[in-house]
Amino acid sequence: MNDKWKIILGLVVFLAAVTFPVWRGAIAGAGEPPELQLPEGKTKCIESKEFMIDNHMNMLDEWRNMLVREDIHEYTSKEYGDTYEISLNKTCLNCHKKTEFCDKCHAYADVEPYCWDCHYDPKGD
Amino acid sequence: MLEHAFKGSKNYWLLLGFWGIIIAMGAGAYAVQLRDGLTITGMSRDVSWGFYISQFTFMVGVAASAVMVVLPYYLHDHKAFAKTVILGEFVAVPAVLTCMLFIFVDMGQPARVLNVILHPTLHSVMFWDMSVLMGYLVLNLLIGTITLDCERKGKHYPHWLKFFIYLSIPWAVSIHTVTAFLYAGLEGRPFWMTAILAPRFLASAFATGPSLLIILAVIVRKISKFDPGEKAIRTLATIVTYSMLINLFFFLVEAFTSIYSDMPHHLHAFEYMFVGLHENGVTYDVLVPWMRAGMVFSFITGFLMLFPGIRWNLKVVPYVCVFIICGTWIEKGLGLVITGFIPSTLGHITEYVPTAPELMVTFGIYAIGAFVLTVLYKIIIGVRERRAGYGADAQ
Amino acid sequence: MDDTRRKFLKKAGYASLGISCALPLLDAKLLAMSEETGTHEAAAKKQLAMVIDIKKCQNKQLVDAAANACHTVHNVPTITDAKGNINKEEEVKWIWTEKFANTFPEQVHARLERSILDEDVVVLCNHCSRPPCVRVCPTQATWKRDTDGIVMMDMHRCIGCRYCMAACPYGARSFNWNEPRKFLEKGRGIVGEYPTRTKGVVEKCTFCADRLSDGLEPACVEAANKVPGGKDALVFGDLSDPNSKVNLILNKKHTICRKVGLGTGPNIYYII
Repeated sequence: MNDKWKIILGLVVFLAAVTFPVWRGAIAGAGEPPELQLPEGKTKCIESKEFMIDNHMNMLDEWRNMLVREDIHEYTSKEYGDTYEISLNKTCLNCHKKTEFCDKCHAYADVEPYCWDCHYDPKGD
Repeated sequence: MLEHAFKGSKNYWLLLGFWGIIIAMGAGAYAVQLRDGLTITGMSRDVSWGFYISQFTFMVGVAASAVMVVLPYYLHDHKAFAKTVILGEFVAVPAVLTCMLFIFVDMGQPARVLNVILHPTLHSVMFWDMSVLMGYLVLNLLIGTITLDCERKGKHYPHWLKFFIYLSIPWAVSIHTVTAFLYAGLEGRPFWMTAILAPRFLASAFATGPSLLIILAVIVRKISKFDPGEKAIRTLATIVTYSMLINLFFFLVEAFTSIYSDMPHHLHAFEYMFVGLHENGVTYDVLVPWMRAGMVFSFITGFLMLFPGIRWNLKVVPYVCVFIICGTWIEKGLGLVITGFIPSTLGHITEYVPTAPELMVTFGIYAIGAFVLTVLYKIIIGVRERRAGYGADAQ
Repeated sequence: MDDTRRKFLKKAGYASLGISCALPLLDAKLLAMSEETGTHEAAAKKQLAMVIDIKKCQNKQLVDAAANACHTVHNVPTITDAKGNINKEEEVKWIWTEKFANTFPEQVHARLERSILDEDVVVLCNHCSRPPCVRVCPTQATWKRDTDGIVMMDMHRCIGCRYCMAACPYGARSFNWNEPRKFLEKGRGIVGEYPTRTKGVVEKCTFCADRLSDGLEPACVEAANKVPGGKDALVFGDLSDPNSKVNLILNKKHTICRKVGLGTGPNIYYII
């Protein structure tokens, strides 16, 4: 098989390409997780911290469908049982500051959520 | 079978390279559109669909017309089409592909296009259009590749394939019917809301597609040792003739109801296309020279094809076919969609002219279609030449 | 999220069923048609509507106030060209005026009084009872809300195919050809609480669904009523409530709707 080396080379290039995110992170170094500014005078978020870290994007997705499509305005916390108004501005951003909370972590995780194409922090970006 | 696509003469690679350059230019223009939005096109609040959707509509017709070789061969056992049928199926594949791409580039939010599948909406004709186009692409790929592969191995295609072949016949009709229903079901657009739209679409498609096939068959004959057969080309020419005449008849039927009834909303569209509209001393007539030329092409070619001396003359008929395609393209790929928006539902006249980036994206998509077509035809030629014992490296 | 998957599977099931046999679709349509015949039967269902007094709306100040209020609250940008002029081709608007002849083409005849022909008529989404835009939308990004008959928009889901714009007989829908924020920043800034839109989606009047849930009237109605002489120029209310202000007016005055012959059932009424 005279194509053997070509195939091997091709495979190497392919593997390098698909594992790009892994080794790029390894080379660049993950860095320290950012210090997030937590709201003052608050002890808890809507759900537990762990739940929010893992699921905030799903929750926001659920919220937008509840509010926009089903006209549901209140959300009851599964963890604590208290209710919240479904609103990014009036609830989430009432406590958290976009630039100090959302943006910092998103920058660290290298994600660009398109929420902010339309939504904005009324307290200013 | 695929190996034929990777081995070819210098001309083959030059041709692919040529398409590649146009594709790259189209991709560049599309990148600008992605960044800046559809503002880079000539479309507007009033004319909210333009060149992209027009080309989509036209190419659905080209795709559907594969049925014009499939039906005579498989249902009527028209032996002359034995070697042509695959040419038709392999025109349908890139044609459907370009259709989908034209829809895709027309989306304001292309990243969300899967919403059509995630939230299937049975009352939307666009959902059905997407479904039937997908189905048609799969059907033609399946039938085309399996029959060609079996031919290469010198055996008969498997029996179960017959079901899909028969299915592809009504399916081809359905893709263009559903595409016509996109327009014909809109109560606010009198120019489109006519029952003859789907039949007109089919008739013009069955004139356009087989015309393209004739041209391709003549080219294949010339550049390779594979001959689709004079008889097949003649049958195609007959199909083109009948379709073209029916198409012209349907057009006249439509024109009669609109013009004789003298109802302003129906009349305006025809006025806009053929004489231009006037408002406050301004004349709006960018389409007029095109539409008139299209009509001249269509009627003259329709007339010429009546004569067996022209229709069956392989030296002449491809040129007539070029003008048939031009005529139907102007009618469907230029006039039909745009005129539906002029005047607007609020009675305003906003004209539409595609912009340079819009045209580049369009050419890019056509080049993708041409690229796929070139590769697929190369495979057909390779298989056929080998079967005929000419060796694989011809072309 | 399990729930959405189940919904999706269910829908996918329907879809494959539909593809294999289009008859259920036809059946459903026929059923829907038999249910929908007669506009009065549907009156029991809540349907928000608006009555517009054309004569009172000849006051340009009033119309501007109404349009401004709406466009400010909802962050609707004023799209301009390089020279700063309004870019008519890419305009985004929720409420604006059109000439009488363009608004009511089938009411116009050769002998119509000149002053009426030249009247500016306030136009906005008609929140139709049988909305063509909802019928054609391939993603249900626009739908008719059961609870109050508002034709809603989900700007998160819209793919920007603009089929709704082709279908709407009233020209009520605008597409974001460009990045809207760019023009907001050039103009009045992002001042409304309502999120801005992204380029590539369609938008239109939502009868201020956001304000209604806060117990407020639509912004245009509120603003018009504040203008001197603007009282009841725009009246908003529920058609299913026999004592609502809109019904009281509709029972007394001669009103017309736009393009009733198309059968879309518009819910904006005009006092001529």
